[in-house]
Amino acid sequence: MSITLQEQPTTDRGFWNDTGKTGIGSWIFSTDHKRIGLLYFYSVLGFFLVGVVLGLLLRLELMAPGRDLMSAQTYNALFTVHGVVMIFLFIIPGIPGAFGNMVMPIQIGAADVSFPRLNLFSWWLYVIGTVLVLLSLFTGGGAPDTGWTFYVPFSARTGTNVSLALFGVFILGFSSILTGLNFVTTIHRLRAEGMTWSRIPLFTWSLYATAWVQILATPILGITLVLVIAERMLGTGLFDAARGGDPIMFQHLFWIYSHPAVYIMILPAMGIISEIIPVFSRKPIFGYKMIAFSSLAIAAAGSLVWGHHMFTSGMSDTAVLVFSFLTFIVAIPSAIKVFNWVSTLYRGSISLDPPMLFALTFILLFSIGGLTGLILGAAATDVHVHDTYFVVGHFHYVMFGGTGFAFFAAMHYWLPKFYGRTYKTRPAVIAWGLMFVGFNLLYFSMKVLGMQGMPRRYYDYLPEFANLNMVATVGSWILAIGLVLMLVNLFKGLFKGAPFTGNPWGGATLEWSTPTPPPTLNFITEPVVTHGPYDYTALKHDVREADSGVTP
Amino acid sequence: MTHAPHKDYSGAKLGMWLFLFTELLLFGGLFVLYAVYLARYPQEFASGGHQLNVVLGCINTLILLTSSLCAAMAVTAIQQDNRQLTLRLLGGTILCAAGFMVIKYVEWSAKIHHGIYPGSARLVEGPPGESIFFSLYYMSTGIHGLHVLIGATLLAWIAWKVRNGSITRTDFVILENGALYWHLVDLIWIFIFPLYYLML
Ligand code: HEM
Ligand SMILES: [Cu+2]
Repeated sequence: MSITLQEQPTTDRGFWNDTGKTGIGSWIFSTDHKRIGLLYFYSVLGFFLVGVVLGLLLRLELMAPGRDLMSAQTYNALFTVHGVVMIFLFIIPGIPGAFGNMVMPIQIGAADVSFPRLNLFSWWLYVIGTVLVLLSLFTGGGAPDTGWTFYVPFSARTGTNVSLALFGVFILGFSSILTGLNFVTTIHRLRAEGMTWSRIPLFTWSLYATAWVQILATPILGITLVLVIAERMLGTGLFDAARGGDPIMFQHLFWIYSHPAVYIMILPAMGIISEIIPVFSRKPIFGYKMIAFSSLAIAAAGSLVWGHHMFTSGMSDTAVLVFSFLTFIVAIPSAIKVFNWVSTLYRGSISLDPPMLFALTFILLFSIGGLTGLILGAAATDVHVHDTYFVVGHFHYVMFGGTGFAFFAAMHYWLPKFYGRTYKTRPAVIAWGLMFVGFNLLYFSMKVLGMQGMPRRYYDYLPEFANLNMVATVGSWILAIGLVLMLVNLFKGLFKGAPFTGNPWGGATLEWSTPTPPPTLNFITEPVVTHGPYDYTALKHDVREADSGVTP
Repeated sequence: MTHAPHKDYSGAKLGMWLFLFTELLLFGGLFVLYAVYLARYPQEFASGGHQLNVVLGCINTLILLTSSLCAAMAVTAIQQDNRQLTLRLLGGTILCAAGFMVIKYVEWSAKIHHGIYPGSARLVEGPPGESIFFSLYYMSTGIHGLHVLIGATLLAWIAWKVRNGSITRTDFVILENGALYWHLVDLIWIFIFPLYYLML
């Protein structure tokens, strides 16, 4: 990369005020990808916290056997809303919307995305979809109680306000499609001179693969949701066995989207890890090509495995076998990534700054989640643990331990760059420790409970499950304390902390060569890329030049 | 970095093509259901298909093909700087769209008049395969009709931009994209028509 540090006095706050416009309108109508990224960031973070509070309430109810806090119906609504908020409002739009928007155009040396206005429109669609989902909680027959998967026949019959929630999710899907479309076009068209395909940073590569999944999978969700709405409103009967329809077809269509959607959730997270690991190991990434390729391989192979959610739904044995086999295939590119990260660490000069701590935690937790995924992917074992807490443990390990922790890693890695101020390290490390301990108490207990046979989506359980449920609930409190500490420390730092300038972590991707915070057009002079994204020898050379006052 | 207000034509078209893929996949879900249920209820699908009005379906196909031709010619016309012709051709496309919707309305009303609509007593009590066939028919043609309306609105907006001179001989990518969208609407009908009216 051209590591000519385009330094600039940081008194000028870059894109924060170089347009001369202030006020709320300069944000919610801005087409600057960095501002839109921050809009997304605060929206998704807000809903993450809402989701966390709902999760804590679920755990509180499950603290002891019997009815503790709420009725069964309230519990059903709570886990549905928890799931919908976490999936559709936090984790799917999360990393692409927030960090993809903030960082990706800079990483490829562009001034903005290809369609800045469409980008803003995506965020507005997100807002509209969100409002509809939230409205569905308080209007009509009350909050949906179907689970985030909206399975028919229940979702077609329940009296709760499912139609409005479905329509909200439909709009959210539209927003996701437009982000994907924008990113693919941007990465094809707006790369700076010298930014060849083999010099694209791995975070951008992962967003590219993700974007294709967003484009190709989301429409299927869209039509499926529309069909369920039609089922409710018009009585089409397409999924109603009594009328000749087939509820299994709903499951197929739903998972044709929703399995690839887990790659929308995890691929960008893997991209973040691929950026952080080499920087804090002071070593070029091991196997750049394989990591980039495996993102595409995951996106492609992952489109063919949806049936592993339906092993117990009554598919033919042949279908079960094929889907089980294909599921194991997807494990290969995922493992390739893990091996490459570990090889990058090997003999690196590792510094355990907060971003790195979160990134390393990602590798551990994601590996646990991924390996338990294989237990679920193998039809023989899945039949036993299907719909138990083992599944709940599994997907929290990948989604929260994986994508959630990658999101935290990105917050500690990139946000100082955009704020020009940074957080204190010690509280961040303590927060990380609390979260790590709390997380494992919470979700490992769930896995064991699942093995013992505790079913998911119940507000009560047999007395023999009491001890581990108590452990899990205590774990959720420790996790929550860690989370609060982390956020307080981070935001205190971003708003009032020590100045953050230049390239303190020694990243070689383009975002570390721009002024801090970057100006609205990102670069002072149009960058010309001459090195790979993890070529740190070039970085040392250029930094020395910059230090000795040689102007670029 | 100076911000030369660049217009990236290839980029704009790439974006449009990607969007067209999403539309194809949206209808793809309906086609998958069609395939599965056709395999399950071949007889009922055949008898359902025979109840559709092939003549009206044919006329509508011709109308849509003509409309697509007009849209394509409008793109050529603007490249020749013939604004009057462009507007007339776009008007032709929109007129065809209106004609299509009127015929669709006639078709639907006739069916509804005979008590054939999703959830109607006749379908609920009849053989399940028939109800599935007509539900799919209404969903597919309904969502397609919605796309006709959206496409026509889009083209009307584009015509307005041609009129006020913001789409010109050198800057017509919006018109081109609008025409692409219209071709997609046409294309989907080209699949729906034989599947429901002819093949069964
Ligand atoms: C403090 C944090 C969290 C706690 C305490 C928590 C707790 C729980 C519990 C207890 C359930 C199971 C409910 C049941 O089956 O009866 C659940 C379900 C779920 N959680 Fe979480 N969770 C947390 C964070 C997250 C995160 C970060 C995500 C995703 C990014 C997430 C996604 C989900 C989903 C998708 C479900 C399934 C909902 C359904 O069954 O429809 N959760 N959570
Ligand atoms: Cu899956």
